[in-house]
Parts: sequence; structure tokens; C-alpha cells
Amino acid sequence: MPAILTIRDLRKSYSGGFEALKGVTLDIEEGEILALLGPNGAGKTTLISTICGIITPSSGSVTVGGHDIINDFRAARSLIGLVPQEINLEPFETVWNTVRFSRGLFGKSRNDALIEDILRKLSLWDKRKNRIMELSGGMKRRVLIAKALSHEPRVLFLDEPTAGVDVELRKDMWNIVAELKATGVTIILTTHYIEEAEAIADRVGVINAGALLLVEEKENLMTRMGKKQLEVQLSAPVAALPEELAHHDLQLANGGGALIYTYDTRGERTGITALLNDVAQAGLVLADVQTRQSSLEDIFVDLVSGDAA
Amino acid sequence: MNWTAVASIYRFEMARFFRTLMQSFMSPVLSTSLYFVVFGAAIGSRIDQVEGIDYGAFIVPGLIMLSVMTQAISNASFGIYFPKFIGTIYELLSAPVNFLEIVLGYVGAAATKALFIGVVILATASLFVDLTIAHPIAMVLFMLLTCLSFALLGFIIGIWAGNFEQLQLVPLMIVTPLVFLGGSFYSISMLPPIWQKITLFNPVVYLISGFRWAFFDTADVPVGLSLMAIGGFTVACMAVIWWIFKTGWRIRS
Repeated sequence: MPAILTIRDLRKSYSGGFEALKGVTLDIEEGEILALLGPNGAGKTTLISTICGIITPSSGSVTVGGHDIINDFRAARSLIGLVPQEINLEPFETVWNTVRFSRGLFGKSRNDALIEDILRKLSLWDKRKNRIMELSGGMKRRVLIAKALSHEPRVLFLDEPTAGVDVELRKDMWNIVAELKATGVTIILTTHYIEEAEAIADRVGVINAGALLLVEEKENLMTRMGKKQLEVQLSAPVAALPEELAHHDLQLANGGGALIYTYDTRGERTGITALLNDVAQAGLVLADVQTRQSSLEDIFVDLVSGDAA
Repeated sequence: MNWTAVASIYRFEMARFFRTLMQSFMSPVLSTSLYFVVFGAAIGSRIDQVEGIDYGAFIVPGLIMLSVMTQAISNASFGIYFPKFIGTIYELLSAPVNFLEIVLGYVGAAATKALFIGVVILATASLFVDLTIAHPIAMVLFMLLTCLSFALLGFIIGIWAGNFEQLQLVPLMIVTPLVFLGGSFYSISMLPPIWQKITLFNPVVYLISGFRWAFFDTADVPVGLSLMAIGGFTVACMAVIWWIFKTGWRIRS
């Protein structure tokens, strides 16, 4: 697949000396879904805003569909749709007019059937005559998505699209993303949620402090990140691991008051059943059981410390 | 040119105007009527005529200019400041439009609103005084140019303003005094000689003079000079806006 988006050594510095982007280089293939993960202030939104024309880059280049975003901005931007992180909408205008405005702004001729289709898919059709100020937060976010889709972009940026939204909208949005992908639309989304990347992305990029730390196929990354831990809290601490549990990959924690078992969620067998049977065989009494997944923050810490070393 | 985008911005901005049509319509009708009651009837009855024109009629061009200028500025400045304030400007900045298309949409809508107000005031005034327009085409031209140039100025103010107070500052502190001191309600020939010279530094004098000439065929300054002044002002505003979009001043980081 050819790259629809090429980013070369993209830098953004502010007058105070702060470097928001430190030479980002990235190719995004047509039709793929790339999830950009990063903590707050990592530069995700700066990167997206620079590509979309909201922020002027200090140096470097970006092309969209072969069109330079500065010299050939009109052709480049006409391919791009942006769903911003903040809910920025004209409060006094109706849903219908707001979405229709976006289509016109991008130079597309009027197409009421298309807008109706988008509004229906986003469960906004019944609200089309409502003013934006009358909508809930989740509905407003749907309007932002409808606006971006109204001008039929080939590259869609979703900046934290599911931050603070309910499960229903998250599912709706994932369905829409899947539909768009099927029509060949390239999607770049930023998120805090690893589950989101897992659900819909083809590739995952990790950005921190303005630098792209890695871009990897999701499958490879999930193998690394898919580890989960089961903590078995015991009613009475043990001095050492009993014989019956020796063949399990276990660690003692909390001064012998807990057993930590690390397993792969994506394996055919997690080994949890066998472990719990053996715990019972060993005569240990369970006080509590809990699981936790290595968080994205853990991965960041690993990546950043590796980066700094 | 992305004319579809221009039309979309224009239509979106005009929708704001139509949402408050009654306020937009009633406000100039009421204020014009008040001006005629105060200046036309109460004071005008003692002044009688200025330069051979009934005082009530004499103030009509100034009254129209006063409203047209302030309306053009406030509509255009609010039009572009509001997207900045609520954050919807992201869409303009990321759309395939250049500065000229954005300006045409916003300034065109603001100028249209100001023109509408001007026409309403003219119609209201004609209920109070007998009006004959000596140069109708010139009158329309002056009104259009004033709507356009002051909407351009308003657009610049809207980009510059960092809060709602600043948005009001220039119209209130600069434009309104310039219009009041620019011969809206008097002829500058009525001033002492030294003030006649000082007042020529007020650009609004040229606009009101030219506009009044279009009505009554009498002017404080040559009409050619008035046209040059308003033409120059329009070009200067366009140049500033071109620079704003080129550098991204106050709109693009």
C-alpha cells in the first residue's frame, strides 16, 4: 500500500524554547488505522494540529496524498477530516446547519442524502433540528464526528474521540471506524486507552515528549503488552512457595501474603484453573483474588527509561 | 476560489442575524426615531437650516453613517471573535480555504447586515423628513464602501481582541467619538477655523462629507477626496488582513 501521509523530521518549537515536536518522521499507509498513544502533553494533538493546518510547523515537511500541507494546502486539506479533542461547536445553531456548514466549507456541493445518512448512523437524525446547546456532551461529540465525515475525507483524524464518552458511543464510533476503513479511509486516532487501540488499530505509535518512540504493528505490540497478572491474597502468609505450586511461574509478594501469577491473555490457556486447583491442593486459604493488566503508563515508563538510557 | 466555502460562511453568519431579526430591525428603528425626536424636533426646531438644508434632513446621512459604521464593525468583529472564543476556528484553519475566502464570507455577511441597518434607518428617516437624494448611485456606492471597509476593520478588531472587553474597546473609544466629531450632526464649516483644520485629520469627516454630498450635492471636502479616503482605507484594511493570515498573528500558533 502506498503512503497517503508522509511526515518528515517535523518539528515545532515555541518562542519560549519549548519543543513540542522533536523531529517526527512517519509514513501512514492508505486505508490503515494508526493509533497514537501517549500521555498528556506528549505532542499527540500538536502533531495532528500541525498536519491539519492549525499549527504552523517550525521545520520539516508533511504531504497528504502527495500534496504538501503548506505549498499545496488546498489539495492536502480537502482530503482531511478532523474530530478535535475539545467540544468546539456553535451553541446557537442547529445540528443540521452545523454539519451542512462543514461540508460547504470544504467546497463540497450540497448533499442532503449523505448528511442524513451520517446523522442516522450517529443516532443524530432525531436531533437534527435541535440547537447544539440543547444536546448532551456525548451527542455533541457525535456532531463533531458528523462534521468531519460530512466532507467525505480520505484521511480522518480522531483526537481522543472517546475521552469521557459512554460505552454506547464508543461502540458506535468503533463501528463507524470499521465502516470507513472498509471504504478505504485512512484513520489516525489518539487515545489514552490501550483497549481502544487493541479494538480497532492496525498499527500503534507511541509518542512521548514530542518524540515518536515506536511505531509497531498492533499484533507485535499486543504480544508485549498483553501480559496480565493475577494476585492471590492468602488468609495466612507463607514463608516459601509450597511444593505443589513450584511448577507455576509464581512470585511471592506482601511478605508471603500474596502470590503473583503472570499470564498471557491471548494464549489458549491461561493456566488460572490449574493454579487455583493447586493452591487448594496445597491447603492454602484464599482471602481475595484480583487481576491487573500492565498499563500503558508502565509501557511508557519502560520506553522512556529505555530512551533516556 | 472556493466559492462554495465563501457561500457557506456567509450563509452561516447570516443565520445568526436572522435568528435575532426583530432585535436587528427594531433597534435601529427605535434609535433613529429617538435621534429625530431629540435632534430633529427639539434641537432642530431652533437650528432651522444648515447650508440651506433643513436640519432634520441634514443629519440623516450622518445618522446612517453612525449606525452603518458601528454595526459593520461590531458584526464583523463578533463574527470572527466568536469562533476564536468558542474554539470553532479550528475548522476554518483546517479547511481548504485561503484568507480571501474567509474574509469574503465573514466581511460580506457583516457588510450585508450593516447595509440592511442602513436601509432601515433611511426608510425610518424618510417617515420624519422629506428626503430627495441628489446622486442615488453615489449614495449606494458610498454606503456599500463604508459597510465593506468598516466590516474589514471590524474583522481586524475581532482577530486582535483577546476578550469581550477589547472587542468593545475600539468601537466605543475610537470609532464612536470619530463619528460624532466627524460632522455627523453639523457641518464642519460651523466650527472655529482652527478646529476646521484639526477635524480634517479625522478620516470619518471624508466619509460623512461624501455621503452627504450624495444626498444634498453639498460637501465639506471635495467628493473625490472622500472617495480616495474610503478607497485607501479599504485597501489598508485588506493589507492588514492579508498580513494577519500570512503570519498567523493571533489565530495560528
